[in-house]
Amino acid sequence: MLGKLDWSAIPFDQPIPLIAGGVVLVGILAVLIWVVVKGHLPYLWHEWITSVDHKRIGVMYILLASVMLLRGGSDAIMMRIQQAIAYQSQGYLPPEHYNQIFSAHGTIMIFFVAMPFVIGLMNLVVPLQLGVRDVAFPTLNSVGFWLTATGALLVNLSLVIGEFARTGWLAFPPLSELSYSPGVGVDYYAWSLQISGVGTLVAGINLVTTVLKLRTKGMNYLRMPMFCWTTLASNLLIVAAFPILTATLAMLLLDRYLGFHFFTNEAGGNVMMFMNLIWAWGHPEVYILVLPAFGIFSEVVSTFSGKALFGYRSMVLATMAICVISFMVWLHHFFTMGAGPDVNAIFGIASMIIAIPTGVKIYNWLFTMYGGRIRFATPMLWAVGFMVTFIIGGLTGVLVAVPPADFMLHNSMFLVAHFHNVIIGGVLFGAFAGFEYWFPKAFGFRLDERWGKLAFWFTFTGFYITFVPLYIAGMLGMTRRLQHYNVAEWRPWMIVAAMGMAVLSIGVICQIMQLVVSIRNREALRDRTGDPWDGRSLEWATSSPPPVFNFAFHPDVRGEDAYWDMKVAAQQQSLEHDELEYRDIEMPRNSPTGFVCAFFATIMGFALIWHIWWMVILGGIGAFATFVVFAWRDHDEYVIPAAEVAAIDRVNLEERRNLVSMAGAI
Amino acid sequence: MAMTATVGHAHADPHHIGLVVEHPGPAPKRTVTAYGFWVFLLSDIVMFSCFFAAYAVLVSQTADGPKGSEIFEQRNVAIETVCLLLSSFTCGMASIAADVRNRFWFYLGMAVTCVLGVIFLVIEFREFADLVSRGYGPSRSAFLTAFFSLVGCHGLHVSAGVLWLLTMMAQVFAKGFRADVLRRMMCFALFWHALDIIWVGVFSVVYLLGSGV
Repeated sequence: MLGKLDWSAIPFDQPIPLIAGGVVLVGILAVLIWVVVKGHLPYLWHEWITSVDHKRIGVMYILLASVMLLRGGSDAIMMRIQQAIAYQSQGYLPPEHYNQIFSAHGTIMIFFVAMPFVIGLMNLVVPLQLGVRDVAFPTLNSVGFWLTATGALLVNLSLVIGEFARTGWLAFPPLSELSYSPGVGVDYYAWSLQISGVGTLVAGINLVTTVLKLRTKGMNYLRMPMFCWTTLASNLLIVAAFPILTATLAMLLLDRYLGFHFFTNEAGGNVMMFMNLIWAWGHPEVYILVLPAFGIFSEVVSTFSGKALFGYRSMVLATMAICVISFMVWLHHFFTMGAGPDVNAIFGIASMIIAIPTGVKIYNWLFTMYGGRIRFATPMLWAVGFMVTFIIGGLTGVLVAVPPADFMLHNSMFLVAHFHNVIIGGVLFGAFAGFEYWFPKAFGFRLDERWGKLAFWFTFTGFYITFVPLYIAGMLGMTRRLQHYNVAEWRPWMIVAAMGMAVLSIGVICQIMQLVVSIRNREALRDRTGDPWDGRSLEWATSSPPPVFNFAFHPDVRGEDAYWDMKVAAQQQSLEHDELEYRDIEMPRNSPTGFVCAFFATIMGFALIWHIWWMVILGGIGAFATFVVFAWRDHDEYVIPAAEVAAIDRVNLEERRNLVSMAGAI
Repeated sequence: MAMTATVGHAHADPHHIGLVVEHPGPAPKRTVTAYGFWVFLLSDIVMFSCFFAAYAVLVSQTADGPKGSEIFEQRNVAIETVCLLLSSFTCGMASIAADVRNRFWFYLGMAVTCVLGVIFLVIEFREFADLVSRGYGPSRSAFLTAFFSLVGCHGLHVSAGVLWLLTMMAQVFAKGFRADVLRRMMCFALFWHALDIIWVGVFSVVYLLGSGV
């Protein structure tokens, strides 16, 4: 009846996951009770859960990413503490638990923190920058978000029901095959990624179509803000790479569930094929994450230097070059597999070549700052911190791109330090910069600068104290994923790294404090103009938060830095004409399709993990029925009358006019 | 892709390229939907290419089991191919009928498409069942694993297509040729034709090349 599921799935003998799960459960229950008692449930349901507004979906993506960042961060803290004390002892985490933690840490940080964070920012900002009212497929957008949330839910469920994979974040066979991992851990891993992967693919298709087909009048390709370009590149990569992940995990699941022989040791299976397939997805994935971050830095550096982006066209070219080359370097993840010197040399050179467009970008940002009036607001701090950190991470990357050097450093702590250097220094700093930069746009008030700067400095220094020791430990021969070790020289570095983790944690606390303090002081921090940073692109040409229709009129774009030009020329039609002819606006109606579909996907995923076949069928029928119901509805749009549009727009117009005329007076 | 060329704004182009083609604004819904679905189909083809690649890697790994030439039956595959190619034609007829709002020809085209798709699926299912009963299931060897997965993946797509087809017919019956129904019909037709293209790949790589070896 319940497949493999019984009471032994609950880890009563392991206090750590049980307590952690209990705390999370109590937290969720408390929030739920608070929501219901306070009567917020109808508001949440109508305005957020069923919302198909790209801005709201973007905010929910970022919220999901932030919560999961805390979960993945807790895993990191546990690992650092374990390695600090597990010298000639077992530490406090038994091996089977430690292995689950590093697997969960990697899986969560990539799929449920970095991915939703950048997709959230793209969702929030790109339609605004393009000057349009919504994304190409609003309801699918909601489906994509909720499927991602389903994946995150399943990963967290593994904490208390069953176990998570002990295989590392990419579940290499043959270890991940049924014979070596008979538990449900790998199944949790694979199904949550399959489900959230569908969500990611949907988001990718949606954003590619949005950028290519929905741009306001005059928004030619070479007038799009840099963030739109990097969004395009990143989502093209999603569309091209995520199906590979889906296929690869499907093959692994077929091996596990039906006794196929894709990657087994027996009957002619080929383990190397898994490595090639998974990294054919995995390397583009790195650029899926970091390209949007590059876009964010381009926006931030240009805005806070008060200058147009230096070398815009070379930046576009570099972005698209990275987009293409990222598919030609996957083999550098397994130089040691013995593909031979010729193959290794080709992939080594290709990997180094990718540093060239990246270098172009770095110089472009530096030259944008050169001669500019730089304001060191929090987003700019993250951007400058990124440039320093990412160059170091990039250089160590070029180092391990040399096959002979990689033979020494493969799977060492040096590698761990390298990819954290680029992912934290690149993607996470980028996500934070974007968060600080666009928060006023999303909510209508700025974030507290003092706490923001504290958060930056603690995170920045904490990062170096944590990861420089890992470089050194790697040079001393320490391999990754060690539950305990007996080498005395590594010990001090592990202790320093653990202290760095403490500093990093203070940074996280400052980040949370910033949010709390800012929400408290929101009236003082209120931005009524919609343009708090003196921005250059179209997202600043509407109020904060923007109305549901974004723009009362589709802006008419005449060049790069569209809003800046409008301000300079004061030729924004709304600024010069008093009598505007407002028209009715049609917007897509909200729909619970995404939420309901994800509900059935959760049931289906859980049932598949535990082999509860009747429930799988039930979930499948439910998901199909949801879509049929959606396809059957008669009214998919509602009309906002012109009078209402006018009323909403005029308030912001007044503020904006004051701002521009004041700037003119100065 | 209608773009109007105007030279008027050339002065706004900071790089002085000269002719600036002004983007006319957001595309109409029908274009957006079709474009998005094309992008999806491309991603689906990437997924198939992984199974093709796996097949190419594993085709010689028979683990002392049967080779392709020992289990493929040309006659069945020929019938399957004819069914699927014909169904693409009838699907095209149904699309035309939908465009001119002719219910009779729409239902007829879709029904024939459905029947041809089901015949294809039945033949494929019987081929699979026969192989499994002879002990040549996907667990027998890596070659059979790759064969069943690639062909089965296509079969699953066709099954999903048949389900979509029936839903489509029901929707036209209930809602008529509304704009959103027509957009969906266009996507369905794209999907069905794409499956045909993939079958041509399966037919060539698996059955034609495999029979000779």
